[in-house]
Amino acid sequence: MSKMNMRKAYGEALLELGRANEKVVALEADLGKSTMSNMFGGEFPERYFQMGIAEANMISAAAGLALTGHTAFASTFAVFASGRPYDQIRSSVAIPRLNVKICGSSAGLSDFGDGKTHQSVDDIAIMRVLPNMKVFSPADYYETKKIVKAMAEIDGPCYIRVNRNDVPVVTGEDDVFEFGKVREMKDGKDVVIFATGFMVYQALEAAKLLEAEGISAKVVNIATIKPFDAEGVRAAAKGMKAAVTVEEASIIGGMGDAVLEALAEGDADSRVRTLRMGIMDCFGTSAQKYDELLVEYHLTPADIVATVKKALA
Amino acid sequence: MSYSEKELHDLRKIAATLRGNLIEMIPPGKVGHLGGSSSIMDVVAALYFKHMKVFDDPKNPLRDRCVFSKGHAVLAQYAAFVELGYVSHEDLHKVKTLDGTLQGHPDMDHTPGIEAVTGSLGQGLSVSLGMAFGLRVDKSESRVFCIVGDGELDEGQIWEAAMAAAAHKVDNLVAIIDRNGVQATDTVDNVLPNGMLKEKWEAFGWNTIEIDGHDMAQILEALDAAKACKGKPTAIIANTVKGKGFPFAEGKAAYHNAAMNEEEYKIAQAMVEKMKEEA
Repeated sequence: MSKMNMRKAYGEALLELGRANEKVVALEADLGKSTMSNMFGGEFPERYFQMGIAEANMISAAAGLALTGHTAFASTFAVFASGRPYDQIRSSVAIPRLNVKICGSSAGLSDFGDGKTHQSVDDIAIMRVLPNMKVFSPADYYETKKIVKAMAEIDGPCYIRVNRNDVPVVTGEDDVFEFGKVREMKDGKDVVIFATGFMVYQALEAAKLLEAEGISAKVVNIATIKPFDAEGVRAAAKGMKAAVTVEEASIIGGMGDAVLEALAEGDADSRVRTLRMGIMDCFGTSAQKYDELLVEYHLTPADIVATVKKALA
Repeated sequence: MSYSEKELHDLRKIAATLRGNLIEMIPPGKVGHLGGSSSIMDVVAALYFKHMKVFDDPKNPLRDRCVFSKGHAVLAQYAAFVELGYVSHEDLHKVKTLDGTLQGHPDMDHTPGIEAVTGSLGQGLSVSLGMAFGLRVDKSESRVFCIVGDGELDEGQIWEAAMAAAAHKVDNLVAIIDRNGVQATDTVDNVLPNGMLKEKWEAFGWNTIEIDGHDMAQILEALDAAKACKGKPTAIIANTVKGKGFPFAEGKAAYHNAAMNEEEYKIAQAMVEKMKEEA
């Protein structure tokens, strides 16, 4: 399975949007080389705003650009794109439902070397709680490209989190991204694994391991975390013996909680035993390799297998 | 540009009318931001009734924009909106009510003429900067005026915006600092002193003009000078009096957000009539 980079997908999609629509503008906070929005800046310098290391100003200025009819993409690392300018997102952007599209780059643990200040465990939860905000967590390069393009079409504020590292491609270039819908990646009869982001790949790998042990696992990709496809989640859980959720984010307030909410509020036949996997209410840490962190934080296919067995026990 | 005595008289009279609209919103016993709305009222009169491009349609794309970063003083904008026909006198009586159109802080959803959501202090200058970017990208001649409180300068984001506006040579943006010297709980000097304010804005790369914010001629001339300045944003430091026009409230933090009693209200009404006569 080939590996590709979601940041590159963001940069390419933004550039393509800029070519197609002169109302698309972009803002950066001295990380444009990393978020790859500099691809847009290179071609459209008059529509690209270097805001310096000042995320609060960047978000509110993006609101101002939206108020003059532009679709403003603002990007930086996920921690600095969500928590740091939270009130600017809330007040300047979300209350007036403006066309500000925020890219939280190097999300989750993916900025493995930089440690806890740079690893976003809380961005999904805090963006999800904001009224009017739409939240996306793509699984791979192709899905990132499609979601970034979709964000430009969707009316109002959007947040997308993307992984820093090259990760396996799990969707097809020609697959259609359906806004607000969960997507079955693999069918299964015994258990359903709901995953988001790079964890979709981990879940698919886990499903292979489970298959070898005679357990049939369905894998569902939740790329749109808000609005949440509660019906789709309930339908996927129907008839299953158990469910597991896995995300590279805090287990509090994230995709897993959204699944629990959907299942708990659904009919009896979808209320299956559900175990959540994620970052267990703690911050990150530095490591030499991304893989080391996935082991440390129990987000490997083997960990998913173990949790599935526990859920079925 | 110089202004005739008649023009100045007419604007002073409008400012008196706006202060009348202001107290109409906060009758005895109703809490409202009297002090900071009144201190900026002469600037508001000069902006909306002389300097800015303003249209009957508050959404006309050719308009200049005015953003109250000190959103709590939005009553001053509502006072102007009545005269512009954006809201009615009836609306004024329903300020901050469930069925009213005038929210406690600026809200685009409810009020025609409001350009941005502000109230969480420190953000409006950044929003105004973004608008100025957008208008420049579109090659529009429209300009953006942002009203900033002197207490609001405590917010670090103001200085982020100040740096970025100068870096990007945004000359279609004017920040007007309502330097009334008093914030919510005390004087600015007792909370966090502004220090050498003119020098600060100059050091950040802004064309900076200091004026008496209640002198109509000085206000208009400063706005003209801002328009003539190319290649950098302009900060107008308007030295004002909190609660200007209402002697019981002038210079007092207690009237930042307070209700007048019956007696004060009568004095306020009499002062408005006096201001109209002496305009």
